[in-house]
This record gives sequence, C-alpha cells and structure tokens, in this order.
Amino acid sequence: MANDIRYLTPINIDIKKEKYCRFKKSGIKFIDYKDPDFLLKLLNEQGKILPRRITGTSAKYQSRVNKAIKRARHLAILPYVGDMLK
Amino acid sequence: MTSYETVFILTPVLSEDQAKEAVKKYESEIKSFGAKIKHSESWGLKKMAYPIQKKSTGFYFLFEFEATNNTVADFELLLKRDERILRFLTVKMNADHLEYAETRRNKKSGKAATAEA
Repeated sequence: MANDIRYLTPINIDIKKEKYCRFKKSGIKFIDYKDPDFLLKLLNEQGKILPRRITGTSAKYQSRVNKAIKRARHLAILPYVGDMLK
Repeated sequence: MTSYETVFILTPVLSEDQAKEAVKKYESEIKSFGAKIKHSESWGLKKMAYPIQKKSTGFYFLFEFEATNNTVADFELLLKRDERILRFLTVKMNADHLEYAETRRNKKSGKAATAEA
C-alpha cells in the first residue's frame, strides 16, 4: 500500500449546490426596472444579462428579468455596454 | 380604464423651476385628457448610464395614472413633440406591478416622514 494516500480529514470533492430561483424562493412577483441596484445582481461586469444556468432563475422569471433590464437600459438607468460595473 | 406608469427624462439644460413647471404642464395636460393621476414623483437630477443627445444627466420624473389607451397615445405624442424630453417609457401596470407600486409608495412616504421628524 505504498501509493495509497490517506487524509486525516476527508477532502471536499465539489458537492454540487442545488440551484434555486431567487424570485420563487423569496416570493418576488414583480421585478422593478427602476431599481438598478437590484438588477445589477443579474448582470455581469460588462452589463450583459447573466444566463439562467448561472443564476438559477426559473424560465418564467428570467423572461421578466430580461424585460426589466431592457426597460432600464432604454431609460439610461442601466448601460447597454459597460465596463467594471461591479 | 387601465393603469399606466410613465417615466420621462427632461434635459438638464433647464433650471429646477423650469423643470417643475414643465411637469406641472404635463400633469394638467393628462388631466385634460380625462385621465386620473394617482401618483407623481421626481427623482431629481440624475446621472444617466450613457449620454443621450450629448447630455450625461437628466431630470427624472415618474407618473402613475389611470387612462384609456387613446389617452396614452395622445400623451406620448405630446412627449415626442417636446424637444426638452430626452427619453420616455410608458408601461401598462398589471396586478403585481400595482401591488409593488403601492408598497414602494408607502415605503417612500414612510421614509420621508421619518426624515422630517
């Protein structure tokens, strides 16, 4: 048993965290386009909308998120293209 | 009658008083169309996320009103014709939106009350 490595504590092998939809969980029904601070959580640093597979948002709310962000962009509340937003 | 919400941006070239006057004019204009204004709000001079017509700031205003669809078209035509308006957006409010607007308003008025006290 020469090449058998033993650890004192079992190493953490990436336990996959269950993703969840933040809107369903906290009961947010309406996503406000006038609130840039909240919408910023759903954008990356360049101001692009983060995909569902990363944020875990359900399809229903993702489409509402998209709508809210696009409205905010039209009103210059959020930029169309940005850099170092976070 | 349906509920709508309009946000519009006035040019920063105007003075504060001129901006207020313009808003008052629009308020009376909406009323003359037979709509009911439920709430109006000023966000003041805000920095915009990107320049519009080479201006980087603007006066933001928010109207909440009940009107028929014809009224909205008339009102938007007025906004479109006005050179002082940089951008506007009218949104039809559904039940969730109305509920949210209500709580938002209460929060704001509550905050203002505590600030004054």
